Amino acid sequence: MPTQLQSGAHANDDPFRTEVRQFLAANFPEELKGKGNLLAGLEGPTNETDEQKKWREAVAECGWGTPTWPTEYGGGGLTKAQAKIVTQEFAKSGAYNPIGGMGVMMFGPTLLEFGSEEQKCEHIPAICRGEIRWCQGYSEPNAGSDLANLQTFAEDKGDHYLINGQKTWTSGGQWADKCFAIVRTDRRDKHKGISFMLIDMNAPGVEVRPITMISGTSPFCETFLTDVRVPKKNLVGKEGQGWAIGKRLLQHERTNISGGGNLALMMAQSLGDIAKKYCETAADGRLTDNVLRDKIADFEIRWSSFLFTARRAIEESKAPGGVSEISSVLKKTGTKLAQERSELLIEIRGLQGLGWEGDGFSEGELEDVRTWLFGKAATIYGGSTEIQNNIIAKRVLGMLDHA
Amino acid sequence: MAVLDEQQEMLRDMARSWAVNESPLTEFRKVRASGSEEAFDRAAYAKMVEMGWAGVIIPEEYGGSDFGWLSAGLVIEQLGKTLTASPLVLNTAAASAIILGGSDEQKALWLPKLASGEAIATLAVDEGPSHDPARIETSVSGGKLTGRKAFVHEAHGADLFVVAAKDGLYLVEKSDGVLLITRKLSDQRSHAEVNFVGAAANKLKGGGESLLGDVLDRARVLTAAEMLGMAQAVFDTTLDYLKQRVQFNQVLATFQALQHRMADLFADLTQMRSAVEAGLQAVDGGFGAARAATIAKAEANRVLHGISNQGIQLHGGIGMTDEYDVGFYLKRARVLEASFGSTTWLKDRYAALSGY
Repeated sequence: MPTQLQSGAHANDDPFRTEVRQFLAANFPEELKGKGNLLAGLEGPTNETDEQKKWREAVAECGWGTPTWPTEYGGGGLTKAQAKIVTQEFAKSGAYNPIGGMGVMMFGPTLLEFGSEEQKCEHIPAICRGEIRWCQGYSEPNAGSDLANLQTFAEDKGDHYLINGQKTWTSGGQWADKCFAIVRTDRRDKHKGISFMLIDMNAPGVEVRPITMISGTSPFCETFLTDVRVPKKNLVGKEGQGWAIGKRLLQHERTNISGGGNLALMMAQSLGDIAKKYCETAADGRLTDNVLRDKIADFEIRWSSFLFTARRAIEESKAPGGVSEISSVLKKTGTKLAQERSELLIEIRGLQGLGWEGDGFSEGELEDVRTWLFGKAATIYGGSTEIQNNIIAKRVLGMLDHA
Repeated sequence: MAVLDEQQEMLRDMARSWAVNESPLTEFRKVRASGSEEAFDRAAYAKMVEMGWAGVIIPEEYGGSDFGWLSAGLVIEQLGKTLTASPLVLNTAAASAIILGGSDEQKALWLPKLASGEAIATLAVDEGPSHDPARIETSVSGGKLTGRKAFVHEAHGADLFVVAAKDGLYLVEKSDGVLLITRKLSDQRSHAEVNFVGAAANKLKGGGESLLGDVLDRARVLTAAEMLGMAQAVFDTTLDYLKQRVQFNQVLATFQALQHRMADLFADLTQMRSAVEAGLQAVDGGFGAARAATIAKAEANRVLHGISNQGIQLHGGIGMTDEYDVGFYLKRARVLEASFGSTTWLKDRYAALSGY
């Protein structure tokens, strides 16, 4: 559906824009047009083709995969305005950003903020080049919404830590090279006993088991840690700062789930247009099922105002002194609407919209079924909707216990 | 809140402080008690005009400030917070009809008067209890307009009606041939059935085929702005109340069931604000205004409906009393929800605009 987000006019004669276009013309192979970023996919990487590799390396070379990160660590060093031009031009030519994953979305920004110079030099360039895949070691079997209840323990052994415990819902754990994790270094204090550490997924004692989800896919894993040695240089910040650093990282996660994560949806086809293909229409193109038509419009109106809200959050955060209260509702609203959209798609398509496999279903139909199922996780991970509600009520609305 | 320029911030702050200090809800209680049919305080309106609020969208050459629709919306929102009764919304929407469709002569005659408060204008469009601009029987022959308009807002105070007839919009002055029958609604503001019986009418010839639709979109975004102020006020009042009221030896705000309901309402209110501001900005930008205005009013309807109901429920028994303010918002809310497009009507329009 056309939105205000797409209507922003821009000067086409900007020299930087020309540079981006020339880069695309020289480096982006036609065959990859419309393909997604393998690193960002839920199914994880398949074997990278030569073409995909060449494209990734070309983008890595100029740092445009992480456009605003500093050049000394391999980023693009671009301004936000220039980064926007890169995104726009990539989108226009159907090119995907080959650099992605949790390293880009969550860990990188956090390490740039809290890491030592040595740590940044060691880890950031590999993220910018898309060479190292990161996963997140946060949740545990008894630490989901109550994340600070985590029990995985890192024992101080002088020059290293010895880690024992279990992490779960490790997204992409089976493909990851490294893991940023929060672990317990002190059992006496729930929050101040937590530290932020970097674990090598190939280290002895790390065992990963994929979990099959209702969608039939296995994007998450259980990760067992048995006497895993972690050198002390892999502690980010100081001991006991892990909760603060870890929470900061979650803000990046939320932004991505609600904003970036939904970017594909923002550009998604209007449900009305899809319905016109599956349902009866009158001569003027109007859906004859008035109830369904009303439901679709109802959804699309709310979806539009979500897009307006996302835009407003960006504008407000850019304005002087602008910390926007809106970001607290984006995750909650965006994930709920995305789930509603999936449900409506099924209603529109009927049983044709519930295909599990086989030639009788189009690729898009099959994909939407998996998206529908996997989408149920969106209101659970990254701080469930209930946790978001607690945050809004307590931090934004000041509904405190001692009011 | 949209990112504002300095001028807009000044205007909003001025309106906010005037509404809070000079026009709190006690002022509307006085208007109500006075039983005046036009249902607003002329002295208060004179002050609003003096501050330039009647001319925010009127070009400078006709005595306005031409600050635009977002600016007008900011003022209206502040007034909505305290339910300030005035013909400002309708006068502004009616002025836009003259700006978009009027001849130089019509503009020169009316716009300075509407900006200066010398005259008040309103819109007379619907002929039934539900908004339906496709169903208009009013006709004009030989410069005389005949038709019956239902529930015209601010009819009692108006000097000039912008009337929708079958073949376009007309200016009709309140004079012989214009008969009002008061229709008191739950908001206790000015509403009337207006019967035009061969009233002298002056056509707005410009503005093209979409003139009526364009004017209604402007009425929608301004109404939505008023509703935004109302929703914000009910939300704020309710939140304050929950933080004070103690039951079971506990402040109500500490109950998670109530916290989560307020979080839901906050998310809704955020959506509403985005939609309303985007609607106002779209009218200013002249791009996609029909769609944006539809979204703005639909979201305003949905969210204010919910918040005005929850406002009563969360206040408990005291919310049911006339002494308490929250009920005033509920009674005004439903009137505005039904005006210039009910939720179902707006959804139908959205689907039509989207080609399904």
